[in-house]
Amino acid sequence: MKRNPLAVFGALTVATAFVATAAGDPSIDAAKSTIVATFKQENVPVDAPFKTFNGRVDYDPAKPNASKAAIEVATGSFDMGSADYNSEVKKKEWLDSGTYPKASFISTSVKPGATGHFDATGTLTLKGKSQTLTVPVTATKTSTASVFDGTLEISRAYFGIGSPEWKDTVDDKVRIKFHLVE
Amino acid sequence: MGRTLEEHTHYSRTATALHWLITLLIAAGFTLGATMADLPVSPRKVHLFAYHKWIGITVLGLVCVRLIWRLTHRPPPDEPMPAWQRVVAHATHWLLYLLMIATPLCGWLYSSAAGYPVVYLKIWQLPDLVAKNEALAKVLVEVHGFLAWTLLWVVVLHAAAALKHHFFDHDRTLKRMLGWHRHGNTRSS
Repeated sequence: MKRNPLAVFGALTVATAFVATAAGDPSIDAAKSTIVATFKQENVPVDAPFKTFNGRVDYDPAKPNASKAAIEVATGSFDMGSADYNSEVKKKEWLDSGTYPKASFISTSVKPGATGHFDATGTLTLKGKSQTLTVPVTATKTSTASVFDGTLEISRAYFGIGSPEWKDTVDDKVRIKFHLVE
Repeated sequence: MGRTLEEHTHYSRTATALHWLITLLIAAGFTLGATMADLPVSPRKVHLFAYHKWIGITVLGLVCVRLIWRLTHRPPPDEPMPAWQRVVAHATHWLLYLLMIATPLCGWLYSSAAGYPVVYLKIWQLPDLVAKNEALAKVLVEVHGFLAWTLLWVVVLHAAAALKHHFFDHDRTLKRMLGWHRHGNTRSS
């Protein structure tokens, strides 16, 4: 789903809604998509969503190698379900949302797998540190949307997230599960 | 005949042990519950929440055992007392059973609704009783607190009545639950 020069022409002649679906610039529908981090404290798995994010996935099943993904997440939108924990997690020791308001994943290469699957390799940037990751993604096409599902696992220590006093309480590994609807 | 009467004047060792064990757990669980919520965010707070949940689930399990025991073993007959006291005493006992089940169960429901499942003793993750729901969680935490405070006051009433029987009526109401009596080591009650 590349940007199509025809879209400019189309926009002049056809209804906007039609353009958006037919030849527009698809991007993630945040209202239908979710990005949820699962962390474990005292072995208790807790799902906490990032409420604000945007980006786009360009995926053509016919040309999977040309696929691209770029996602940007507002680190301050992490919702642990209570105000005091939410403000704690924005602090310097954790996500430091004041200094690093955005986290991002930008794909560098895509390797097709079985039908509907591909491995996206890219750079995850979080709290000023970058890591190259490969994420297995499942792509599903519905009549109205493209859906991309996958999970990546990161280390808090690598990105410097969490003060040492929490080391034994909160697991180092955090799973980030995404469900992106475009 | 005399022996049989003697046997039936006290609660069994099992009933006595469960009674006092649950008493201690409720005291610990209540103290934690009343203090931990207002603590600032810290690993200690997370640990205290975990202990509180484990205590609550333990109480829930032990009360179920105790209830089965109570329904299959006849307790000693009441000490002589006015009819209204008998009615109040029995009502209090059944209210205690109800609250000892409802309070931890509501805490478990709250944990599920808040999205923080219970992992008993850091090993076994208990099933979520309801799906994550912020609005429901806000109601459940209030109900849990209300039940806990009600339980506390009924426990105070129950203990005050036991002490009144012991020190003012000089009967065996308290003694029969103390467990170190000489003749009551029977399996029949």
